[in-house]
Amino acid sequence: MQSVLGSYFPILVFIAIAGVIALALVLGSVLAARQKPYPEKLSAYECGFEAFDDARRRFDVRFYLVSLLFIIFDLEVAFLFPWAVSLSHIGWFGFLSMMGFLAVLTVGFIYEWCKGALDWE
Amino acid sequence: MNDFFATTPGYVILTFAQALAILVPLLISVAYATYVERKVLAAIQIRKGPNVVGPFGLWQPFADALKMIMKETTIPSGANRVLFLMAPMLTFGLAMIAWAVIPVNAGWAIADINVGVLYLFAISSLGVYGIIIAGWASNSKYAFMGGLRSAAQMVSYEVSMGFVIVTVLICVGSLNLSDIVLAQSRVWFCIPLFPMFIVFFISALAETNRSPFDLAEGESEIVAGFFVEYSAMTFALFFLGEYANMFLMSALTTILFLGGWLPPLGLPQFGPLWFILKVWFGIFVFIWVRGTFPRYRYDQLMRLGWKVFLPLSLLYLVLTAGALMAFGWLPSVPGT
Repeated sequence: MQSVLGSYFPILVFIAIAGVIALALVLGSVLAARQKPYPEKLSAYECGFEAFDDARRRFDVRFYLVSLLFIIFDLEVAFLFPWAVSLSHIGWFGFLSMMGFLAVLTVGFIYEWCKGALDWE
Repeated sequence: MNDFFATTPGYVILTFAQALAILVPLLISVAYATYVERKVLAAIQIRKGPNVVGPFGLWQPFADALKMIMKETTIPSGANRVLFLMAPMLTFGLAMIAWAVIPVNAGWAIADINVGVLYLFAISSLGVYGIIIAGWASNSKYAFMGGLRSAAQMVSYEVSMGFVIVTVLICVGSLNLSDIVLAQSRVWFCIPLFPMFIVFFISALAETNRSPFDLAEGESEIVAGFFVEYSAMTFALFFLGEYANMFLMSALTTILFLGGWLPPLGLPQFGPLWFILKVWFGIFVFIWVRGTFPRYRYDQLMRLGWKVFLPLSLLYLVLTAGALMAFGWLPSVPGT
């Protein structure tokens, strides 16, 4: 149990306990409370109006843009993690390589900024 | 007895007991955080707060829980039933399982894995799924808008949060959370990395959808956002998940910047006491901020995340790495 995989076993235990607690709470509430549904109660909430149309409609493209930007920068962070930990081993060469990578991304970031991809009005 | 815990069934039982020893106090703390929040907000606004149920209203969280359980669980007719029920459980579950790696005292991390920070980063990234699934599965316009807003907000601040964590990692040279705490035995990282500490705490507010960044549930515009269609225990699970996430972010701030379980000013150490005090202090600041600041506008929120925090944290990361390289202060990687 002292192996590398063994140290991940407690996480499995946590997942099991969290799942059981969540399920037990929801099921317990469903069983304990009186369920009396009718169509008006089950319709989508729209401040008292009947729902006009389907909720899954077009939405602002900026949300999509933000998620694209997020993927680029989160990947960058993912690259930085091993670099940060091993910086003392890889010396100036490793440091400058990462600076080059960051410089390229910064150029892209400045371009996005100037293009107005980060503006919300 | 020690022989028993060395066997496989004994080890399994021991792990379950340890996990419960973390999760039960956590759940009680979460329940009482709702009480503390109402009391502190009341004190800020010169009111009394809950004071009817029990002495000083101390039984209020249990009365609330009982009420939640006895309510009807409605599932809207247009909703995707499975996803709709799954989303709150996911949010709640993720907030729980992140605690597997948190070291509350020297050697008290239950899963002392060597990539603890990466694990926490991954789990907190997954938190966005619970919210976006809830927003989508409800099939309601408010929920949909709230889910989108919340998802965009969380991913925006996660980037600068990632840079802050990497800055700390450069100063430590390890991904293990206990190593990060021990690296602060001389000076807590909140002093040399003070700007990063501020960026991290504000990002933590945005990550947990707390005010002044609670646009996803802005009561005055999109009623309650992504959980508008939820009721009874499914609603309560979102609530518990949000507060458990607050505790998680507070614990993370404590570990990364405030020296984890280490006592301040050379005071003696009483087990996990200092850790608990620091985490509760973080919770208090969360509530204090809520009682003090007005809500941000969405464009201000995005501007702060992308145009201020991202360049600032990136710059500070490069400066920190450069300074440590130039002066030869880099930590050596602990033996693997």
